[in-house]
Amino acid sequence: MSGGGFALADARSYFRDSTAATAAGVLAVLYVLLSIAAMAGVGGTVPAWRETVLVFTVYALLIVAVGMLWRYSRNDAVIIVGVMAAIYVVYLMAGVLFLGLPLNGIVNTLRRITFLSAVYAMLVLALNLHWGYTGLFNIGVAGFMAVGVYTMAMLSGPADIALGLPLPVGIVGGVVAAALVGAIAALPALRLDADYLAIVTVALSEIIRLSYNSTVFQSSIPRLRLAGITLLPSIPVGTGGGQGIRTPTNPVRALYYKDPGDTSAGLTDLGEFAFGAADGVSVTLIGGQGVQPPVVIALTYVLVLVAFVAGFYWLLIRVGNSPFGRVLKAIREDELVANSLGKDTQRFKIKTFMLGCALMGLAGILWRGSTGFTQPGDYLPIQTFYVFLALIIGGAGSNTGSVVGGIVFATLLFEGPTTLARLIPELLQRLFNTQLGSPPSTFVGAVAPIAQLDLTPLLAYSLRNISTLRFILLGVLIVYMMQNRPDGLFGHRKEVAAGVDLRRPDRDTGAGAATDGSESG
Amino acid sequence: MGVSETYERGRRLLVERPFLALVVVVGVLLFLDLLYKLGTGAVGIATVVGHVWNGTVIGLIIGLAGIGLSLTYSILGFANFSHGDYLTAGAFSGWATSYLVAGLGSSADLAALFLLTASPRAVGVTIASKPLAVFLGLGVAVVFTVVLALFLDRVVYEPMRDAGGISLLIASIGVALAIRYAVVFVYSTDIRGLTAGDVPRSRLTIVDGAVVIDAHEVALVVGAVALMLGVHLLLQRTTLGKAMRAMADNKDLARVTGIPTERVITATWIIGAALAGSAGYLIALKRGAMNYNLGWVLLLLIFAAVILGGIGSVYGAILGGVAIGVVNNLSLVWIPSDFARVAAFLIMILILLFRPEGIYGGVKTA
Repeated sequence: MSGGGFALADARSYFRDSTAATAAGVLAVLYVLLSIAAMAGVGGTVPAWRETVLVFTVYALLIVAVGMLWRYSRNDAVIIVGVMAAIYVVYLMAGVLFLGLPLNGIVNTLRRITFLSAVYAMLVLALNLHWGYTGLFNIGVAGFMAVGVYTMAMLSGPADIALGLPLPVGIVGGVVAAALVGAIAALPALRLDADYLAIVTVALSEIIRLSYNSTVFQSSIPRLRLAGITLLPSIPVGTGGGQGIRTPTNPVRALYYKDPGDTSAGLTDLGEFAFGAADGVSVTLIGGQGVQPPVVIALTYVLVLVAFVAGFYWLLIRVGNSPFGRVLKAIREDELVANSLGKDTQRFKIKTFMLGCALMGLAGILWRGSTGFTQPGDYLPIQTFYVFLALIIGGAGSNTGSVVGGIVFATLLFEGPTTLARLIPELLQRLFNTQLGSPPSTFVGAVAPIAQLDLTPLLAYSLRNISTLRFILLGVLIVYMMQNRPDGLFGHRKEVAAGVDLRRPDRDTGAGAATDGSESG
Repeated sequence: MGVSETYERGRRLLVERPFLALVVVVGVLLFLDLLYKLGTGAVGIATVVGHVWNGTVIGLIIGLAGIGLSLTYSILGFANFSHGDYLTAGAFSGWATSYLVAGLGSSADLAALFLLTASPRAVGVTIASKPLAVFLGLGVAVVFTVVLALFLDRVVYEPMRDAGGISLLIASIGVALAIRYAVVFVYSTDIRGLTAGDVPRSRLTIVDGAVVIDAHEVALVVGAVALMLGVHLLLQRTTLGKAMRAMADNKDLARVTGIPTERVITATWIIGAALAGSAGYLIALKRGAMNYNLGWVLLLLIFAAVILGGIGSVYGAILGGVAIGVVNNLSLVWIPSDFARVAAFLIMILILLFRPEGIYGGVKTA
């Protein structure tokens, strides 16, 4: 909403048809119930009730605030920062008030959700180039990530099955390898319908994973013999097979340690200063010692990742607004038209596919390549589906939506359920002074007590198996999104075809962003 | 017909479609290599026959499951990524029933039987020792999978009838996740041993060795062929088959012609799910163990079979299934077992590249 304020009619329509408003309404009801219970003195422990009421109030307000931001803000950076800030508050309050985490734990929690948000944002942005811009239905994201990470690890990793080249060579090599594999995959992309391409890409990603998982390439690439003739000699570079492969030491360590691989060699000047300062931090509300060196290093790396997200975002906006990007959108809308206008759509598709795959490889390197170790199990098709769900939530075709989708997926859908599973027993303990007890070991053991109207074993069993339930939730959410919001949060926005802003400032009042929004990426 | 004509065709192929020519050359080389290996005794004839037999057995299951996938693909117009998990649902529901039937009256308690955690040795299910348990299990696998598929159609796919193939495909990925992890929620991710005891088996002596064929494989082959024959008769002798072909061709035209399209869709799901459920049950019977990944792992092979055979073709799916199964096993002559699935996937990608319409392309025989 530019110019004028926020009108009452807008507010009414917002609350009528917004999912966020519905969620806020549910929380408001919860809030009222909790307040009544608190006043009636249920449970007796008044401070716990007060805290809970406070937290739920803040959560409800946050949801409304983010919903309004989503609906009325034209500034995409503000939306992204606003969403992230709201999620920080959610985790901060839960961590401090309910889980009683020390400062180091709190900072680490926020660090972890930022890390996951950043890597998912990058992957979703890359996928958005394929699907959102060009309509290429690539469900082999995990495979291209694997190519990037493994090539990097085999070129410049510390393992003795690696070549030991400098890290930049490894990273460039990984990105180029992912792009090349993308070019090979683009070969069928030229000929096939979207659903065939889906099957081919997922099969390709499985071929890649199974190859890295195989014992054949574990310690070296064996010679190739056919009909008794040696076609290729043996190459002494291996993948580590099912045991996985070590990845290079994270280069940000070099900022703090004189020898990144060996902490006993001492700290650099920056390291002395930063570790000392971080350790000395204390916040009155949160107990425990200050922030510890491993968290400081990880935080530094997260900053690098955030910079990369900004770089990905900038690159994709530039690509999308270029003449090249306009052809891509034309291909997505109607390939025949683009073709008959004299555009060699096949070439555009190959280039796009390679660029997207290169970005997926780079995102894979920045994620899985930074943790010191990777294995084929990190690249199952489920990894691809995660990225896809994040893109669907954000809205295919929108770069802002991609980033927000990555954040929402990583923090609320991926990390959320496990955090909730830790919160619920704590809340039950504090509010009702009840304990769930040890969960039953089998499903029957969890369900049988329902006959006596005892739901706690089922709850305890569900909380223990929360990661399984999370998959079911994700599955249901995919179906829900496809049925009700196939455009995601930001896919409804209209795109201007022109590379420059054509809006006339004097006429640009009136309807809100939802109807004439002009996000170009 | 002369040498020159053959030469001319070969030359055209080489110039116009060099990749296809390369694939043909690699195929011929592999065949020659197989002959060379058989000739030098590097690979025994019995080994090859054994691979072909095992491949056929697996292939019949893939084909059986493929029929349903092929039908839903051509009639509902989307690649159903949850089809593999229909196999899993059928296998788990069927085997829970088999265990309950077989273990009733034994010392094992009901919960352990239902959850398949009872000792397979104590329950002792084989086709020879407890045929009733196996038949009832197969029946429940069929019924449960059909009910599940109809429920999912009602909840998920019916509201999306007019959506595009890609939207439905994405929704089916969601369905696949939900089914698979609902199974995990009840049964956990552990591998369940199923059969135990002496399965009757016979050794067929062939030139330089022997091929072992056990009763479960025979049961699987008989069951799969019987079900395929049933589907064949159903689609050829009733108007349903004709209606399905009409639907696959042009849904709107079929509707204005008075074909009850929703009923045809229901029938499609019933046939597809029944075959998927029985395929899941039978493959678990043959392997003697299963876990929650049973169907998902098979899914891409099933897709490979359907694409190889030509989408929409029932006979193509069967043929494609057997071909993929045999390739999957015969490839072990050249490559380690880690790569058997890779070989099958590569075949599928090559088919998509060079003959996307499949073996039975163009002829919709549904």
